[in-house]
Amino acid sequence: MGWFDKLRSKTAKSQENQLKQEIPPQKTSDLWKKCPGCGETILTKDLVRNLFLCIKCDYHMRMPVWDRVALLADDNSFVEFNQELKSADPLNFVDSKPYPQRIEEAIKKTDAFDAAMTGYVQIEGIKAILGVMNFEFMGGSMGSVVGEKLTDALERGASEKLPVVIVATSGGARMQEGILSLMQMAKTSAAVKKLNTAKVPFISILTDPTTGGVSASFASLGDFNIAEPNALICFAGPRVIEQTIRQKLPEGFQKAKFLLEHGMLDCIVHRRTLKKQVGKILHILNNGR
Amino acid sequence: MALELDFEKPIIEIEKRIKDLKAISDAGHVDLTEEIALLSSKIEPLKKEIYSNLEPWQVARLARHIDRPSTLEYVKHICGDDFVEMHGDRLFRDDPAIVGGIGVIDGRSVMIVGHQKGCDTQSNIYRNFGMPHPEGYRKALRLMRLAEQFNMPIITFIDTPGAFPGIGAEERGQSEAIAKNLAEMSAIRVPIMCFITGEGGSGGALALGVGDKVFMFEFSIYSVISAEGCAAILWNDPNKAKEAASALKFKSTDLLKAGIIDEILTEPVGGAHRDHKTAAEEIKKCILKYLPSLIAVSADNLIEERYNKFRRIGKFAGEEEQENG
Ligand SMILES: [Zn+2]
Repeated sequence: MGWFDKLRSKTAKSQENQLKQEIPPQKTSDLWKKCPGCGETILTKDLVRNLFLCIKCDYHMRMPVWDRVALLADDNSFVEFNQELKSADPLNFVDSKPYPQRIEEAIKKTDAFDAAMTGYVQIEGIKAILGVMNFEFMGGSMGSVVGEKLTDALERGASEKLPVVIVATSGGARMQEGILSLMQMAKTSAAVKKLNTAKVPFISILTDPTTGGVSASFASLGDFNIAEPNALICFAGPRVIEQTIRQKLPEGFQKAKFLLEHGMLDCIVHRRTLKKQVGKILHILNNGR
Repeated sequence: MALELDFEKPIIEIEKRIKDLKAISDAGHVDLTEEIALLSSKIEPLKKEIYSNLEPWQVARLARHIDRPSTLEYVKHICGDDFVEMHGDRLFRDDPAIVGGIGVIDGRSVMIVGHQKGCDTQSNIYRNFGMPHPEGYRKALRLMRLAEQFNMPIITFIDTPGAFPGIGAEERGQSEAIAKNLAEMSAIRVPIMCFITGEGGSGGALALGVGDKVFMFEFSIYSVISAEGCAAILWNDPNKAKEAASALKFKSTDLLKAGIIDEILTEPVGGAHRDHKTAAEEIKKCILKYLPSLIAVSADNLIEERYNKFRRIGKFAGEEEQENG
């Protein structure tokens, strides 16, 4: 039984949301992916086996949400919350297409209802709450659903005294929900404060890319901030800054190492050792509680 | 120097004609009192008509009007001499794009924090056009914690295009500074009243906006992104800013409807930039109206209610059905 079947069997048993449907298998619409690091073209199935690390240069490519869950969760341990929570169209927003159409297309493309997934988990044998953002769903943008799911996860952590681990990847706020998406920054950050007050650990894992309203809210507020190598982490994107100051940006600007050097991260951890490292941190913090 | 907005032109033309007539009349050549009175009587209805039918992008231009009162001007009108400005985040430097200090409003000591824009090019360069660096947000937080320590209510003024996108700002943790304010403001144990007086630009505005009561001036805006930025990203065309402005629904009336703000404050006819004193009085009245009841709430209840105020924001598919069924 592969990891996916293990996850699926557990999720189907979930008491949380009386699932009517099983999680459909992941679509592999792209047979090949090009490595942004070295330009090598790699078969997607080889990437899946290699944790989406470039086979040639070890570049950390973006990881689909279920692969990320599988990377961190002990077998059969993930039990999803609020799986079917779906966004409304509060502004009747239409740009080149209507927002509801974008949502439907993203659901079809990713087999998820929005850009974050949360649930109970065990990591290296330690019970915790895990949230994973999904960049493939509208660039991981945070609207009402993402804000609600993560807030709920953080609140559960506070009330059930379970440490919370959130893997961020996002282009920022979801513009199509206007001011409601801006307010998710306040909502999730306040929930982190609630977790702090309850003296429950929060580990924030910032992956490529974590920007804008997500980086400027819960993702920067971890008791432990961990990044993956070479991840872009910023408030304003490099292009916006270049346009504003009309200067070329220095090499490595806003990449994980830059943030580590400027004091914004506790550590950079390779994907192959991420689970072990998170487990170790949780273990040490739990011992102290 | 008054900036002329195209939709204000008819008003400005009449005002100019009145001025000319007055000059002639004062010179003693002819008595033009009647003509002046006639023109003057036309101005108020015209202003009302123009300002009650503004398009969202026109409101955005009013919200950014260079003559709109700034935080320090409001403070001058509201506190008079009873205000002491405070500087610095005690970590890096003083950010002139955010101002703050202790003051007295109607006998009560308060902490005031707000974005600060300039009133001309030179002062705007000094104020970085009201776009703070991380140290600005950290100064704001230092002052708000001080307010908590001395049990003083906090008043914030929000007027910024957004947090500054620059190298130094990123190096010093713009994201962390904003995020920290959002988290900490949610649990500060004194009342917080927030006033969006001009531009409520995204996270850089929200970082002073987590309060028990949030008010907005009629012609201010509050948005997740500027219309120009949104047009560039979603329409792939910065010239579609008018469309984006309508789509984003960032006017005070939209925000009230969405339950994001508590009340809209009426501006003087023709906008706050035409009458700073009256605009300031409107804010003062609002503070005096709501502050006593906020102070009466216990700190535990205050922060619980503040948490819930933001906790419930969000819209989900199928909600209406659930509510009805
Ligand atoms: Zn490579």
